This record gives sequence, C-alpha cells and structure tokens, in this order.
Amino acid sequence: MKWLKIILFLLPLTLVFNSLDAQQRFPKPEFHTKYTQPTPTTPEPRGLEMEFVDVLILLVVLSLTSWFAIKKRSRNGILLLTVFSAIYFGFYRNGCICTVGSIQNVALAFADPKYVISLYALLFFLLPLIFSLFFGRVFCGAACPLGAIQDLLIWKPITIPAWLRKTLGFIPYLYLGLAVLYAATGTEFIICRYDPFIGIYRMNGPHLMIYLGIAFLLMGLFIARPYCRFFCPYGALLNVFSRFSRRHLSVFPTKCIQCKLCTTSCPFEAIDFPDEEKSKPDTKTNSRKFILYLALIPVLMLAGAWIGSKSHVFLSKAHPDVYLAELLISHPELKKDSKNIDIQTFLASGKSLETLVAEAQVIRDKFKTGSSILGAFLGLVIALMAMGQVIFRRREDYQANKGNCYSCARCLDYCPVE
Amino acid sequence: MDRKKFINNSGRLVLMGGLAYLTGSIIYQRKVSASGKYVWQIDPFKCTQCGRCATECVRELSAVKCVHAYSLCGYCDLCGGYFKPNTHKLNTGAESQLCPTGALTRKFVEEPFFQYTIDEKLCNGCAKCVKGCGSFGNGSLHLQIRHDLCQNCNECSISRMCPANAISRVPIETAYLIKGGFKKPVISTPK
Repeated sequence: MKWLKIILFLLPLTLVFNSLDAQQRFPKPEFHTKYTQPTPTTPEPRGLEMEFVDVLILLVVLSLTSWFAIKKRSRNGILLLTVFSAIYFGFYRNGCICTVGSIQNVALAFADPKYVISLYALLFFLLPLIFSLFFGRVFCGAACPLGAIQDLLIWKPITIPAWLRKTLGFIPYLYLGLAVLYAATGTEFIICRYDPFIGIYRMNGPHLMIYLGIAFLLMGLFIARPYCRFFCPYGALLNVFSRFSRRHLSVFPTKCIQCKLCTTSCPFEAIDFPDEEKSKPDTKTNSRKFILYLALIPVLMLAGAWIGSKSHVFLSKAHPDVYLAELLISHPELKKDSKNIDIQTFLASGKSLETLVAEAQVIRDKFKTGSSILGAFLGLVIALMAMGQVIFRRREDYQANKGNCYSCARCLDYCPVE
Repeated sequence: MDRKKFINNSGRLVLMGGLAYLTGSIIYQRKVSASGKYVWQIDPFKCTQCGRCATECVRELSAVKCVHAYSLCGYCDLCGGYFKPNTHKLNTGAESQLCPTGALTRKFVEEPFFQYTIDEKLCNGCAKCVKGCGSFGNGSLHLQIRHDLCQNCNECSISRMCPANAISRVPIETAYLIKGGFKKPVISTPK
C-alpha cells in the first residue's frame, strides 16, 4: 500500500518532467508509400552582404557633401544627395544600422567584455565624426536618413526664440547620456526603440512608432528638423566636434557685404549675426561672470554626480532583471499570478531568488557608477552652456554657426557675392 | 586670430585623441568582428512559448515563425499542435484547430500518418502549436526567426521582452537553430 502511494505520487511528477524535457514519445514512422520527407527551409538573411557597400556609400556621400558645401557651393547637389540618402539608407536599406543608433553599439562594446561590435557599426559611428572634424556637420546635411526625411519636408519654418532654442538644446545631451548609460549596462537601446522615422521607412512597424514619426514630420513642416535640433543624441556629439572643424561651409564665398539677404534663409537659425557696436558687453562684469562660471564647473559636476548616484535605483528599474527581482521581493504574492509571464518563467527555470537578486545587485552597482558619471557629465554641459553665454566673440560678418549648422547649403543661394 | 586657430587646432587634436582612444581600446580588446555579420536567433531549447514573439516584433506580422523539424515528427493523426485539447472529431474543421490563424495545415500521407506544414504567410509566431506539440508530442514544431523577414534591428525588440532570454545575436554562419534532436546540439563557434 505504501509503495502504491509513492508510485501514485511520482507518476504525475514524471509526466511533468516529460513535458519539460522534450523527447521522442512517438516513434519515427516507417512509410510504405514513396513519401519523401521535406526538410525545413532556412531562407538567407536579406542584404547583409550589403553592409560593406553601405559603408562605401556613406563615405562617398560624406565626401560629395563636403565638396558641394565647401568647394562647389551647390545647394542642388546637396538636395540631390539628401533625396538619395532618404531613398537608399531609408527606404531601401530600412534604416538599420544607422549612425545615430551606433552610439549604443560602441558604448556597449566599450563597457561589456563579451559584446562584439561589427566593424561596419564601428565605421558608421566613426566616419561622420571624423568628417565633422574637418568639414563640419556634413553628415547631418545629406547623409543621415533621419535628417533627410525631415529636411525634405520643411514647409514654412517659424523662428524659435533664442532662449527656448538654447534651453531645448540641452535635451540631446540628456538623451545621449541616458542612451549611453542604458546601452553600457546592457539594459536596452533606447535610441532604436524610440526612433521615430524607422517605422515610416520600413512602412511597417508598431503603431506608436509610426504615429510618433508622423507627429514629428507634421511638426517639422513649421519647426524645421525638430528631431535633429532638440532630440538627436548623435547631433549633440557632432555639435561639439564640428565647433573645432578645420574647414566649414561659409555663407559668403569671398567677402561679406552685409546685405542681410541670407538672414532669413536658414530654417534652423544657425546663422550668427554680426554684433552691434552698442551691444558690446561690459568687459569687467563679463570677466567676473566668466570666473564665476568657471568656478561653478566643479560644483555643478559634483552636484550632478550626487543627484545621479541618488537616482540610480530609479534608473536601474529599466533593466528587466532588476525589475523582476524588485517585483518578487516587494510583491511575493505575485508568484501565484499565473498570468505574469516573467515571474512564471523565472519560477519554472529553477533559478533561485538569491541568484537573481545577486545578479540584479551587480547591475545596480553598474548603474550607480554610470549614473554618477551621467550626472557629472550633465553638470558639465550645463556649466559650459552657461559659460557660452558670457564668452564674447567679435563678429563682423553674417556667418554660419559651426556648432548648429547642418551644411544644408540653403543660405548659399541667397548670397549675391560672386 | 592666431589664438583662435590654436584653440581650434588643439580642440580638434583632443577630440581626435578621444576617438582614437575609444576605437583603440575596442580593437585592443578584440571586440570588433571584421566579417561583422550577426543575426538574431531563437534557441528553441530555451523558448518557453510565452507568446510574446507574436506581439513584440517591430513587424506588423512577426518575423518569428513556427518551423517544423520533420525528422522529429511522429506524423500522428492526433496531433497536439494541430488540435485543440479535448477535440473529439479529428477533422480539419476550424473549431477543432489550435492555430488561431489557420497557418498549420495537414495532409494525409498514408494510414495512419499525416504531414503537418506551416503556411508562413499566415503564421504569427504565437507558439500555441509549439506548446501543444511539446506537451503532448515530440516537440518537432518550434519557433525560429525567419531571416528573409527579420529586419535585423540593432536590438531585437522581442529579445528585450523574452522572459527566458532565448533570443541572442549569433554569427551569420549559424543563423538557424533548427531542431535536429531532442537535446541541444553543441555548436563550436569559431572565435
């Protein structure tokens, strides 16, 4: 009787184990007719061998844009390249891998010892930055598919007040910092997840993505290139790099005659006007402010690092392991919730809660370091932005702002100087 | 004017140095693959058939499809992947089929065997049949990412949500992990 009980108890258990461990329950049939067993097909990946071609084409587009912007001074040439990039990188290659997203691959490769980055992703990241050091943001001008689709849909650009432009200009740095933090900790690629235009290029995708893209494009009819100016994290990098570019697109070919014809030509307000004599600031107060802001840099960086390290618990919740561990500790009753797929899968995997918590702790420690660095970085950005307000540079001509100019060459047609 | 040029040049040098350091350290740690061809793959031995492949893919109709490893199939009449549990009539009526989109079809081969085929145009990767086949049959039906459909996103949006971490990036040479046996084969990846 006792044995029977044990057998009856074990029988359902063996059934459970059977279902977990797939095995041959039914023997392979022996066919008597001339039936031939089909083999599963394995269709080839689409267009992976084109990645080498993509890098080559990127190189050609960047070189041509530089030539059109600086030597040839041709808006039509750049317009043609913009259309080409939208069609090739966007609609034909479906926008992946793109330079903007490659930041995350580089960040993950830098931080994660196991992640291997493809050479093409690395080149997609490096080439536009190298070009920007020599010729300005020519990548934004014509090669970036995300910029191209917005650039082609500028209709009636409005002027945005400088204070608003400068304040919103902080968002790209925040986005860049968060993207690097989330990529380096192996949490997720937020730039790719919230890429507004990829759904349009693929003409297929989650509805939210496509609505977001359409919203950006509609906004872009009046606010020229809203994503590029106020969100693009790669644009933040290019902005810094381009300030130190060796050569740059110039509004006038030889000498500015102060005709003011170009002033309304730039839809991005990236043309700096010459300063008026009377607006010259008081040198004494300005240099006092400069010293104050210089002293503020370490203060703001430390404050940022402190805020960052305080918010690491919140930021780390985006990582699925940390989230699951927290959920299991704070709501143990959810273990009975058969509809919670994550918890049920975790329980079925046989992994102990201690292991999960230990793993989550490792990730959270990474977040602690990462978010402190992020905070310090953002403090530095704020301090430098404030310093930019008091640094006075004498300007006598109407000239493109090297940081903000996309080298789209619209202004060139307005300049009457031969 | 000279001061401006000096600042410009030194700034450029610093930024170039930064880029060189970043690239150099990635290359030095041998984390660059020159062939560079990676694709996303589902490990059917890790998959728990949670059904998220049907909903999380960026494509309208998921690039994950059910694939049939015929060599493992028992060709049963009563197929756990084809019929709903407790179905009495083993016919092709829609009310007795497990597949919500009618993508799994069967063809009579010879008494008592049936061949089961997936219509990839209809399959949405919901894994209902995979679960049925794994619980009652040999487990020959399993999910795979079909690379003619996969957009090869920078980060697979299903992998982010996969509760079993069954989706990973693999070199293109081993793009598919079609079930060939009941245990996971050991693949030696070239390093």
